[in-house]
Amino acid sequence: MFVAIIFALIIVGSIVFHFWSPWWWTPVASNWGNIDDTIILTFWVTGAVFVAVCLFMAYCVWAYRYRPDRKAEYKPEDKKLEFRLTWLTALGVVALLAPGLVVWNKYITVPENALKIEVVAYQWGWNYRLPGEDGILGKTSVGLINDDNPYGLDSSDPNSKDDILVMDADLHLEINQPVKIELRSLDVLHNFYIPQFRAKMDTLPGIITYYWFTPEKKGEYEILCAEYCGTGHYAMRGFVQVDEEQDYSNWLAKQISFEKMLAKKELDKNLLIAEK
Amino acid sequence: MTDEYTDNKIETKAADSSSGSYAPPAETIPAQEAPDQELYHAKSFWTKWVFSQDAKVIGIQYALTATAIGFIGLILSWGMRLQLGFPETFSFLGPATYYQSVTMHGMIMVIYLLTALFLGGFGNYLIPLMVGARDMVFPYVNMVSYWMFLVAVLVLISSFFVPGGPTGAGWTLYPPQAILPGTPGSEMGIVLMLVSLSLFVIGFTMGGLNYVITILQSRTRGMTLMRMPLTIWGIFTATVLALLAFPALFVACIMMTLDNLLGTSFFMPEIFTMGEKLDYAGGSPILFQHLFWFFGHPEVYIVALPAFGIVSDLISVHARKNVFGYRMMVWAIVIIGALSFIVWAHHMYVSGMNPWFGFFFATTTLIIAVPTAIKVYNWVLTLWRGNIHLTIPMLFSLGFIVTFVNGGITGLFLGNVIIDVPLSDTYFVVAHFHMVMGIAPLMVVFGAIYHWYPLITGRHLNQTLGKIHFWVTFVGAYAIYFPMHYLGFIGVPRRYFEMYDSPYMTSGVGLNQFITVAALIVGFTQFLFLYNIFTSWYKGETSERNPWKANSLEWHTPDYPPTHGNFGKELPVVYRWPYDFSVPGSDKEYIPQDVPPSQVPTAKAEQT
Repeated sequence: MFVAIIFALIIVGSIVFHFWSPWWWTPVASNWGNIDDTIILTFWVTGAVFVAVCLFMAYCVWAYRYRPDRKAEYKPEDKKLEFRLTWLTALGVVALLAPGLVVWNKYITVPENALKIEVVAYQWGWNYRLPGEDGILGKTSVGLINDDNPYGLDSSDPNSKDDILVMDADLHLEINQPVKIELRSLDVLHNFYIPQFRAKMDTLPGIITYYWFTPEKKGEYEILCAEYCGTGHYAMRGFVQVDEEQDYSNWLAKQISFEKMLAKKELDKNLLIAEK
Repeated sequence: MTDEYTDNKIETKAADSSSGSYAPPAETIPAQEAPDQELYHAKSFWTKWVFSQDAKVIGIQYALTATAIGFIGLILSWGMRLQLGFPETFSFLGPATYYQSVTMHGMIMVIYLLTALFLGGFGNYLIPLMVGARDMVFPYVNMVSYWMFLVAVLVLISSFFVPGGPTGAGWTLYPPQAILPGTPGSEMGIVLMLVSLSLFVIGFTMGGLNYVITILQSRTRGMTLMRMPLTIWGIFTATVLALLAFPALFVACIMMTLDNLLGTSFFMPEIFTMGEKLDYAGGSPILFQHLFWFFGHPEVYIVALPAFGIVSDLISVHARKNVFGYRMMVWAIVIIGALSFIVWAHHMYVSGMNPWFGFFFATTTLIIAVPTAIKVYNWVLTLWRGNIHLTIPMLFSLGFIVTFVNGGITGLFLGNVIIDVPLSDTYFVVAHFHMVMGIAPLMVVFGAIYHWYPLITGRHLNQTLGKIHFWVTFVGAYAIYFPMHYLGFIGVPRRYFEMYDSPYMTSGVGLNQFITVAALIVGFTQFLFLYNIFTSWYKGETSERNPWKANSLEWHTPDYPPTHGNFGKELPVVYRWPYDFSVPGSDKEYIPQDVPPSQVPTAKAEQT
């Protein structure tokens, strides 16, 4: 009796916790609201199964508790029942999987008009690169990285000249402009994750990975590294600021291009020599 | 043990069947195909109890070693929880120590505790007894298997004492980070971890071959595959999985050791770190992840399948009812085992592998839910119309059902590729896998220990301590991991030493403190359990023979507790499955496997 009640209470308590919990996801700030929808769908389907199975178990514990005069049923199989349960479960699985795959297809299909932004991850921080006027990110190589060329850009590639270098952990995005995040790591695995955007992907040394989203809500959002990357993992943060068009243009105007950076470095060097 | 007495056995049994009034074809017992096993008879204390070749002793050695290292894993988790619940209060925990604790806790619990306990511990003790064999087929190799395991454990522990300490690479040991200086323990710690894992795999292979071959070749007469207890089916399938999956881990360990010590580039691409370009080029970090998870996912079922099997038997015995849908249960175990090899990349949805894999692996992953759900239904349907004794093994079995169903359905979240995108690498994952492959299998481990302890020692564990142990562990663990999912929904990432004042965490501070307190209480209760095990060994209540009135062979040995050689002069002959409880028409409440139909002529048992 006591045992059955406790088990039932735990299940009821779980339901109560779910509906009254103050801990819930942050409001979505990107186009990935339908990821939330698939989670909600999964919650209802699987939650119903969890509650049904566990309450039925608690019922059995109460209804068929030991009595000396009771004899258990002897029934090795019930083909019909097993068959029905199997197909019902399969149906439930299809209902969860199909919408999930549709949304996944959307997630991996980048829209044509997406602005490419390179995220460069390193132990332990973030830098960014925008493609500039031509919309194309220039070639890079780990071998070219040095103090004057922190991104390892290939200066012989004409596309690299106008690339805009944001050597700061904070990134600005324009509202309602789809972005394709191209991820590059200089050292180990990292993951560019902003909970409000719902999307994430690992960055790896050696290959470029990507994902896309459209920021749809103005505001400042924290960037968290979501793939363990060593002792400083927990401190690998940054901020994304989603701006209206005007604010975004103002921010962009303050950033410098690769060409300008090279020129500035050259100038600084000459000044240094002149001073001497 | 020689074969001199095997012949007359067939005759006696044959005579039995002809004299009975009810003689179905089941009683034609196949003749013994091979001569009885020649056993090594230990003479001295050392060969009997230390370098023992008796599977029962080896099983206990495995279990004790795994438990000892498991308690170290438990204490490491306390350190982590103190840091997460009360950051900046415990100055001895820096980020490096924290990450080392996380890593060692994970690896110890998954490999050195659960795998070793289920297969090395329960496997060794139960397989020969339950299939009606005198011992494992290769007792000497079996002994070496344990000693390899012990060496692996010692190498692992030694990494706590080398310069730089144990590795802090996370239990997944992802390169390049695992062998680069930004990770704690990248000097000696990681090498010792890789060596220890390799030794573990070697030791396990020796044991694993024993378990599989014993089950296939050493079953007693009449013990058909479809009459084996589900415990054996679970351990058998898990061992096959382990023999196929561990080599992937083994090669990954060797390759990473070479990358680390000899400068090869299996997993290392061009890397720029600490202001210079390293000498590596052309390797793939994702290759390691594929190898790791090709082992890592079956590993989940290597832990889960023995638990599935054992819990089926516990529920059946303590509810006095046959396992519902036995054949379906067997096939579900086999199908889950087979499918577990084609779902591994669901751990890698956001790893940067080709995103098209997502469709395939999400589909295979969700298909696994079907046989798994069938098992859950059948456990609950076994309770239905049973006569349920709320013994401690039954309580733990019920606890298993709740935690397993809970952890199983959150698997449907994470397996569905698009839902995994926001939730992966958050506390939702931590809560999910602790519930489904931490707490649920541990519930079965505890239930199984309370169930078989009388068989091993001839004494019962203290019932009051046992009830306290169950309620605190079950309710406490549920209180730890159920709310933890919600931290994941907020977006709190895992493997964070601290969250500072992130907006995500401000609401979760109280929750984290609650979880820490619960974890300390649950952890302490395990010491109570340990105390119970040691004190009951010599002053527990004496158990009569077969106290739970079970049917399987291990309870029906001539000596109780069973002695060397298990079955005295004659091996038993099996006539039925182990689940003939409450058979209609019979005046006996249960019919053990070795009872011929002629002895229970009125019983309307179904042919098995």
